Amino acid sequence: MENLIQDWCERVRAAASSGASLAIRGGSSKAFYGEPEQGQALAVGAYQGIVAYQATELVVTARAGTPLSQLAAVLAAQGQWLAFEPPHFGPTATVGGMLATGLSGPRRQAVGAVRDFVLGVKVLNGLGEVLSFGGQVMKNVAGYDVARLMVGSLGTLGIVLEASLKVLPRPVMEKSLRFAVDEVSALASLNQWSARPLPISASSWHDGVLTLRLSGAAAAVTAAQRKLPGDVLTEAEAESFWLAVREQKHRFFSADEALWRLSLPSTAPPQNLGPTLIEWGGSQRWLRGGDPALIQAAATQAGGHATLFRGDEGLKQSSGVFQPLTSPLARIHRRLKTAFDPHQVFNRGRLYRDF
Amino acid sequence: MSISSAIEDRRFPVDRAELSKRLREVLPATAVLAEEEAMRPYDCDGLTAYRQLPLLVTLPESEAQAQAILKICYERKVPVVARGAATGLSGGATPHPDGVLVSLARLKKIISVDPVSRTAVVQPGVRNLAVSEAAAVHGLYYAPDPSSQIACTIGGNVAENAGGVHCLKYGLTVHNVLRVRGLTIEGEVVEFGSAALDAPGYDLLALITGSEGLLALITEVTVKLTPKPELARVVIASFDDVRKAGDAVASIIAAGIIPAGLEMMDKKAIHAVEPYVNAGYDLQAEAILLCESDGTPEEVAEEIARMTAVLEHSGAAGVRVSASEAERLKFWAGRKAAFPAVGRMTPDYLCMDGTIPRRRLAEMLTAINGLSDKYGLRCANVFHAGDGNLHPLIMYDANQAGEFERAAAFGAEILELSVRFGGTITGEHGVGLEKILLMAEQFSEAEIAAFHRLKSAFDEHGLLNPGKGVPTLARCREYTQTRAGMPAPIASHALP
Repeated sequence: MENLIQDWCERVRAAASSGASLAIRGGSSKAFYGEPEQGQALAVGAYQGIVAYQATELVVTARAGTPLSQLAAVLAAQGQWLAFEPPHFGPTATVGGMLATGLSGPRRQAVGAVRDFVLGVKVLNGLGEVLSFGGQVMKNVAGYDVARLMVGSLGTLGIVLEASLKVLPRPVMEKSLRFAVDEVSALASLNQWSARPLPISASSWHDGVLTLRLSGAAAAVTAAQRKLPGDVLTEAEAESFWLAVREQKHRFFSADEALWRLSLPSTAPPQNLGPTLIEWGGSQRWLRGGDPALIQAAATQAGGHATLFRGDEGLKQSSGVFQPLTSPLARIHRRLKTAFDPHQVFNRGRLYRDF
Repeated sequence: MSISSAIEDRRFPVDRAELSKRLREVLPATAVLAEEEAMRPYDCDGLTAYRQLPLLVTLPESEAQAQAILKICYERKVPVVARGAATGLSGGATPHPDGVLVSLARLKKIISVDPVSRTAVVQPGVRNLAVSEAAAVHGLYYAPDPSSQIACTIGGNVAENAGGVHCLKYGLTVHNVLRVRGLTIEGEVVEFGSAALDAPGYDLLALITGSEGLLALITEVTVKLTPKPELARVVIASFDDVRKAGDAVASIIAAGIIPAGLEMMDKKAIHAVEPYVNAGYDLQAEAILLCESDGTPEEVAEEIARMTAVLEHSGAAGVRVSASEAERLKFWAGRKAAFPAVGRMTPDYLCMDGTIPRRRLAEMLTAINGLSDKYGLRCANVFHAGDGNLHPLIMYDANQAGEFERAAAFGAEILELSVRFGGTITGEHGVGLEKILLMAEQFSEAEIAAFHRLKSAFDEHGLLNPGKGVPTLARCREYTQTRAGMPAPIASHALP
């Protein structure tokens, strides 16, 4: 395994001196996400394996090429999991891709995002150095929090080689409820319920139907179920429904139009910009089709931002995938890129076109 | 004690009279302090072993005033050190001799509390507990609860990524903040994060959290509010052996329980606390565990039953469950008063903050007892056992020649052990001045260099809180060379 890193260090140094760009590839399950790839492919998926896992520490350390499905199976054997329910988007999904994209699943509203569970990383930077930040413990404030900075950076700051992640026990009981309600009432209810100590672990509204998931101690789930409206889904129905939402296999996602992700304050009113699926208690709203300029303006107006999650090259080219940054933030981004990857070796243009 | 070598490495030529004149032109008369007597209260933070007068103290009353201060300082290349309530324990707010200390105490407005979105927007000088008090009417609270929460401020909490006794379940500051508004050293307004759950680009919100005032000056924070659980109850278990207590912690986690709080105190800490607050702790015990459950009454009943079973099975000599809210608070009062209680027993103490993998708690306690004998200094131990964060309190008398140095060396050995056990030199108190050289224990030169480059991305002239957080490469080399010539630390033979 270690000679893989040796090889990559050499590739990185060679690219740095020749001015070439490398496109980091793990399982390519999320290659659709972000601005288009540039440069020569650097396959890093072979760097696999679980380095350390002790269930009572609630921490797992895995190499970045480890398939998410394998990691999930190892954790499940101890009754644990990655609580933020990362989307796989295909059987080849890896730990590295999960970190690079920083995407979280339905449970994000209750437990937090990928970045909230990252405790430490080992990375290969653009100078060909292997560096470790953070660690394997729950609390660690020595040095800047580079581990979390890596999450969602789309490989532009370096190759994540290994990560330590906080894991949690699976809840004792889960129940999902479903009922008919319009978008305005759904958003109002979701916000009200979130302000009460109810064990809601996921929510999804689409086309007049709201589905809720409750997770926790049996007593808590049963008590909450009595306080909330709706019909109970069978265990199989619930499992396949939430999996479909997480993996974007739900029928809402099946149309061949552009898919936008709007990250908004949960209290933002309905945006009325096209077919919508709401998650995370109102904080994440998926939108199909629509006018890019209008969508981005509406998201900003509502206090959030829009991402062109899936779209063809032409649309990415004309509207940009990620919303532009304000000038001091853009400057800090460019300088951070330079701090980690001064020769712009990694994933050039994948996050923003200018670096 | 004189200022640290880390500060001595970072000196700046400043024309004090000209700077003072310029600041007075843009700030109200009461917002600039220049007399020694007036500046004296600002000469240290909670780490009182380091005292230093700044060049000037400023007390801005608005973001615009803070911005004016930064622009003036930036133009003249004058260092800036931010200060909240100065409850920090690592010297993060110790003034710089050539710099302007910016106290954010007057920025103390709670701008809004929104019960629907479950957020509050506050200025940095708002006290941690004041946020929960303002949210209480809505059945909400701000979850991170450092022991200093009566006094410490949100700005300082963000700067240090403050924790508390409930972070295993509810997270640290980084998990409970949505947005930080601040100023770059150039005086530009910048927003990290947003009113939504994420923001485009790099996660600068995570980066700014815990950055100890080295990257930006905080002027406003949006925090998440959490619904107050209907009920909380705590179990106290006493053990006749610290090893059993350590194993009990692992067994609780192994049973799939995430307690709302999981704290441990050793015999010395119990004996410091009990006469002080009468919390009802078992004075015969070698260690006690406090294990809290919160949620709906049904959920708490279920969880308390499971916790009790695990603790009894782990060999607890006694197990008691709080019967009322008053009793729960009484049980916690002992833990929360641990620092002042130890403070009554000794003229001075140093509070360490290493974090280690939970499974090594008992081993660490044994090693600390050995070090206590080696240095001839008493040490009481309180742990956030749930997340492996230790707070050994090393007792010494600064008036006895050499005792501070012995206490510091004792503390350094504990932190070196923390790193060797796979942990860190600081879990929640920050590096500041106190642990700056120990950074070389945890990080390689290349990693330290990467931190310096990161810092330059925000502050290329190194004006924000210079001499803190990250040591110069020269100091790292010096430290590593000195360490190489010293005998191996105690207990290193026990390493895998």
